[in-house]
Amino acid sequence: MRTDLAVIGAGPAGLAAALAAAAYGLRVTILDAAPAPGGQFYRQPAAGLRAGRPQALHHQWRTWERLRDALAACDAEILTDHHVWAVECGFTVHALHGPGRQESAAVRAEAVLLATGGYEKVLPFPGWTLPGVVTAGGAQAMLKSALVVPGRRAVVAGTGPLLLPVATGLAAAGAEVAALVESADPKAFVRHIRALAAKAPEGAGYAARLLRHRIRFLARHTVVRAHGEHTLTGVTVAALDSGGRVRPGSERHIPCDTLAVGHGMLPHTDLAESLGCRLDGHTVRVDGEQRTDVPGVWAAGEATGIGGATLALAEGHIAGRSIAARLRSREPDPREWTAAATVRGRLRTVARGMDAVYSPPPSWTEQITDDTVVCRCEEVTAASVRRAVGELGAGDLRTVKLLTRAGMGWCQGRMCAPAVAGVAGCELTSSTRPFARPVPLGVLARQHEDTTEEGAS
Amino acid sequence: MNPLDLAGARPGPAFTVTFDGRQIEALPGQTVAAALWAAGITSWRTTRRTGRPRGIFCGIGVCFDCLVTVNGRPNQRACLVPVHSGDVIRTQEGTGHED
Repeated sequence: MRTDLAVIGAGPAGLAAALAAAAYGLRVTILDAAPAPGGQFYRQPAAGLRAGRPQALHHQWRTWERLRDALAACDAEILTDHHVWAVECGFTVHALHGPGRQESAAVRAEAVLLATGGYEKVLPFPGWTLPGVVTAGGAQAMLKSALVVPGRRAVVAGTGPLLLPVATGLAAAGAEVAALVESADPKAFVRHIRALAAKAPEGAGYAARLLRHRIRFLARHTVVRAHGEHTLTGVTVAALDSGGRVRPGSERHIPCDTLAVGHGMLPHTDLAESLGCRLDGHTVRVDGEQRTDVPGVWAAGEATGIGGATLALAEGHIAGRSIAARLRSREPDPREWTAAATVRGRLRTVARGMDAVYSPPPSWTEQITDDTVVCRCEEVTAASVRRAVGELGAGDLRTVKLLTRAGMGWCQGRMCAPAVAGVAGCELTSSTRPFARPVPLGVLARQHEDTTEEGAS
Repeated sequence: MNPLDLAGARPGPAFTVTFDGRQIEALPGQTVAAALWAAGITSWRTTRRTGRPRGIFCGIGVCFDCLVTVNGRPNQRACLVPVHSGDVIRTQEGTGHED
């Protein structure tokens, strides 16, 4: 299949870009792993559940309706249930689809937009591998798409703006939310009030909802341990002092069967890295037009920096317009996207303010006992990581991995890299992965045949 | 209020699947993980090295903690795989290839 623009990811950034580019007459193909467009933010209930009021689980539903209707009215092709595992230079987008994800699809495109989104960062603590402990975003995803909650009594904990909708969403869906445990210090908001003033009404809305659902809000607190033998039975939380350390004697036990926990978001950068796009830290570097430094590759949304759906929409819109002009060999006129650029500038400032407020407590590694599993796939304990550093002299993430197997399992370090780096006391460096998803060997073996056949036809 | 009522869901008729031989009900459109959660089950895997229980963690197909055996095929991500009537779901022990 040939197209002008391949958009990878059907969340806010991808859809905004696809709509903007299609409006200028480009042939656009959108690929997404989910059964329906929307991404994580506009994640939809499964069609078979026939939800009459999906907006009860969402914010900014009107925006979603506009995106959905515009998508239906435009010529962009959308390939759902397509799991993109690689993008070849040139460009060929490779995806897996079908039952069991054994069938391969290839889309050839003149330009690629990476709208790959992000996923949740979770820092470990004793007991975090117990069933019943889930990521805050995971609890929300299961609620939005499958209309299920994990248990009856939940604690929501960690740090970041996501915890508020998760706690109020679980409560609205019938779970008892015993506490929202946020490690950030409310005083930090005051220090960043200029950047975060725009967020105040939203914050007030959540405060009202917390009150309505009688959710206890424990600011400057952290979970120090999850309890249970085969499943979660409760958590111990403790207060943090002004230096971010657990205040001795402040521990208290909260019985619960669910702990939804998260410490911020990480961008999905696998495809960008394998294409050779330069990163700034952990995010894809883009210019004012959302171009990466690889010609023909644009990026928008969480992949270029965690900042939320509205920022993703603005970035996607700019990218789509830029792509439409560049593919027609025309220099784009930034005046075409003045409004979007203003939103982008303002929301990037907000995002920096949020980052400063919601950083995990500096002492988080002190709470990790030696027997705490740090790498969930390979069951590598904190003791092994500490031994690799202390006795064996590992000084970077890659050496720790080679000595302990931390990050060598199924998820390829996506979940554990921040934890391992933290426990090892080394820098969190990106690890280029050749495949963005696991690929059956049979599919790889057939790649050459497929290419040859196409070339001959 | 439960989540189905909150979203005004009117799913088609429930159907039966088995989990470790026990019959549970599932709804059209649910994933394997959703059906198990709805039945009050949060653990369906034991780890390769220490045999510890696991279930859903990330919920969006990143972490691989929710691996499960469905109709004899191990290593299926329960959070991504749709559930079908008559599915035989089993706790996956270790790699799932030694049963």
